[in-house]
Amino acid sequence: MNHIAPGARAGIYHYDEIDRQFVAERVEQFRRQVERRLSGELTEEEFKPVRLMNGLYLQLHAYMLRIAVPYGVMSATQLRKLAAIGRKYDRGYGHFTTRQNLQYNWIKLEDTPAILHELAEVDMHALQTSGNCVRNVTTDPFVGAAKDEVVDGRVYAEILRQWTTMHPEFTYLPRKFKIAISGAESDRAAVRIHDVGLLARRNDKGEAGFSFYVGGGLGRSPFVGKLVREWVAQEDFVAYLEAILRVYNQYGRRDNIYKARIKILVHELGLEKFTQEVEEEFARLRGPKYRLDPEIVEGVRQHFAPPPFEELPDHSEALERAKAADPAFANWLEVNVAEHKAPGYAIATISLKPAGGIPGDATCDQMDLVADLAERHSFGELRVTHVQNLVLAHVKKDELYDLWKRLDEAGLGSANAGLIGDIIACPGLDYCALANARAIPLAQAISARFADPIRQRTIGELGIKISGCINACGHHHVGAIGILGVDKKGTEYYQITVGGDPTLTTAIGDILGPAVTETEAVDAIEAIVDVYLANRTGEGERFVDTLKRVGHAPFKERIYAAD
Amino acid sequence: MPLIENGRIGEDAWSFIPDGEPVPNDRPVIISFERWQAERDGFEGRNAKLGVRLKSGTLAGAIAADLDRFALVAVEFAKFRDGRGFSTARELRERYGYTGEIRAVGHVIPDQYLYLVRTGFTSVEAPEGTNPESWANALTEVTIAFQPSLDDTAPLSLLRRKLKVG
Ligand code: HEM
Ligand code: SF4
Repeated sequence: MNHIAPGARAGIYHYDEIDRQFVAERVEQFRRQVERRLSGELTEEEFKPVRLMNGLYLQLHAYMLRIAVPYGVMSATQLRKLAAIGRKYDRGYGHFTTRQNLQYNWIKLEDTPAILHELAEVDMHALQTSGNCVRNVTTDPFVGAAKDEVVDGRVYAEILRQWTTMHPEFTYLPRKFKIAISGAESDRAAVRIHDVGLLARRNDKGEAGFSFYVGGGLGRSPFVGKLVREWVAQEDFVAYLEAILRVYNQYGRRDNIYKARIKILVHELGLEKFTQEVEEEFARLRGPKYRLDPEIVEGVRQHFAPPPFEELPDHSEALERAKAADPAFANWLEVNVAEHKAPGYAIATISLKPAGGIPGDATCDQMDLVADLAERHSFGELRVTHVQNLVLAHVKKDELYDLWKRLDEAGLGSANAGLIGDIIACPGLDYCALANARAIPLAQAISARFADPIRQRTIGELGIKISGCINACGHHHVGAIGILGVDKKGTEYYQITVGGDPTLTTAIGDILGPAVTETEAVDAIEAIVDVYLANRTGEGERFVDTLKRVGHAPFKERIYAAD
Repeated sequence: MPLIENGRIGEDAWSFIPDGEPVPNDRPVIISFERWQAERDGFEGRNAKLGVRLKSGTLAGAIAADLDRFALVAVEFAKFRDGRGFSTARELRERYGYTGEIRAVGHVIPDQYLYLVRTGFTSVEAPEGTNPESWANALTEVTIAFQPSLDDTAPLSLLRRKLKVG
């Protein structure tokens, strides 16, 4: 195999020979499994989990291949490869997902072994992106750069990536299992809507440890993760997860797939009993075999050493001049750029949500451009966020204007990170066999309605999240405004919820009233925004806070007044 | 049914005796866990080896106290997708210190063989007409593992990389 070095300074885990051999063996294994399926030795039922474990889904019109981007961080070289594959085997697109992965929607089964082979050339694969196993562990997209970071989540996400890879005991779980880690003051990883959500902290001795939240999840029955243990020391990190997974694997329900997630187990056993089972298992597991050796942690940490930052003044004259000269840039700066821990650097979010566009879609040409820009401005590294955007984490303030100009020329300069145009939408009825309604066209219509960047900024922080059915792939439950596609006698309808919150103050939104049609939905969103703007106390009050203060009534009145 | 052991088809010295049928005293037999619960006193003083078969929903704890009576524990997979058996085997070994044979029975596929070995199984009852090559391959096609398991006796560190099988 041709191996292409993925870029020395990128903050990714750098494969060694053993990692490479492993992926090569898995590619070869899958090639044989495809053959055994074609020869009839494996039934379709038996082949399905095998194919899912290799990231291959059967959708409405074609196969979908989901590529793992561990904790959402990749190198420019890897992104270029993804662009090349999209050109060759898909329709010139890739789709970035809420799992911080990349998905191709138009793949042929017979092409998959070749695609996996090409991915392996840049140390990538599609393993464990589907199936009832522990999925790609996600973390803060600003990891290693954010000013409020306490613990580097990549280190522990990588340890988990390795430890869960082909885990012999936990590959046939009752259901999929998703873990998120946040190591900063503010939670940008939505940890409490995951099966296990981890908050990495430090004690007064400066040692790393973890708060474990278990049983969060959306879907048919949304739950907010519950605190099972406040402090798990670093050396027990893996043992504690092993204990949780063992309890889940034994007691999780397998009679009904809608009740199979760990959230239902925690709910049915009750937090106290669940915690007791885990603690018993943990007490026994604790010991040399499951102890996380500090040397291993240090070894992994070395992969994520900070890139060679220059010593810069925090203030940039060039930036100030550009800001004064170009109001569109000034607006983008205000909305899409966050503070970096190194002076003179900044974190730039590249919005994949142009007005009227498909959330998360990027053309292969755009991917190539972002790869170039990552090389020029961010040490050859970029991140995928769970709101389906990209991030260049280490950009010199002096270079932000150049960066933005290049992005803007390519349609990637939208200034809407965290604003109403930054919509999450699942594939919906355009691609997904389970959907009740389309999600993408509605997202496009809403973002077109609110296209004006100044209007968006006036409205402020307001997340809209859309799912095409109750499985909630679009996280509608935790949208400040959530939209759920429902089917009413063969017609697509949309149910609107308000007040959801994906951050540490996690909340599940409440249903506002009866479902509405697609056209009505866009008007309803606008009405909600108008009511909010009319009621908020000054610029500062966020939508969710106004909602808490005034309640549902004024919103309902406006939307449903005509009925 | 073919018995798979160490990656090959092997001789099966054991037979499963369905509930209600008489249990021979002169050769190794496997009985159901339900029968064991109902008739345990009847096996007092038996010399030939005894094995017990657990349904997928019967977890390791249920048999823990009686493990010294059994030379074999058969763990059933109702469906290959039902992975409880992996934890049952591991609990039998790690939590209850069981050292006898652990056999996977029911619906398992060659693609799970490595996982079975690594969680403490010693043999597998494969379906009639199975392809022996697929079982042999399953132990050698992936040679790297990232976590400790039961196919090595020495205490292992986490994120250990090389897998020694067979
Ligand atoms: C079109 C193919 C897809 C199918 C058939 C599908 C199916 C499902 C199903 C059945 C669930 C519910 C699982 C459960 O609660 O047990 C689910 C959850 C989820 N899906 Fe998808 N999905 C698809 C695409 C996507 C995409 C493209 C994304 C990312 C943008 C995504 C992200 C998620 C997330 C984040 C959840 C978890 C929600 C939760 O916590 O319950 N899915 N999916
Ligand atoms: S939420 Fe429903 S419609 Fe949307 S991708 Fe998931 S399963 Fe499909």
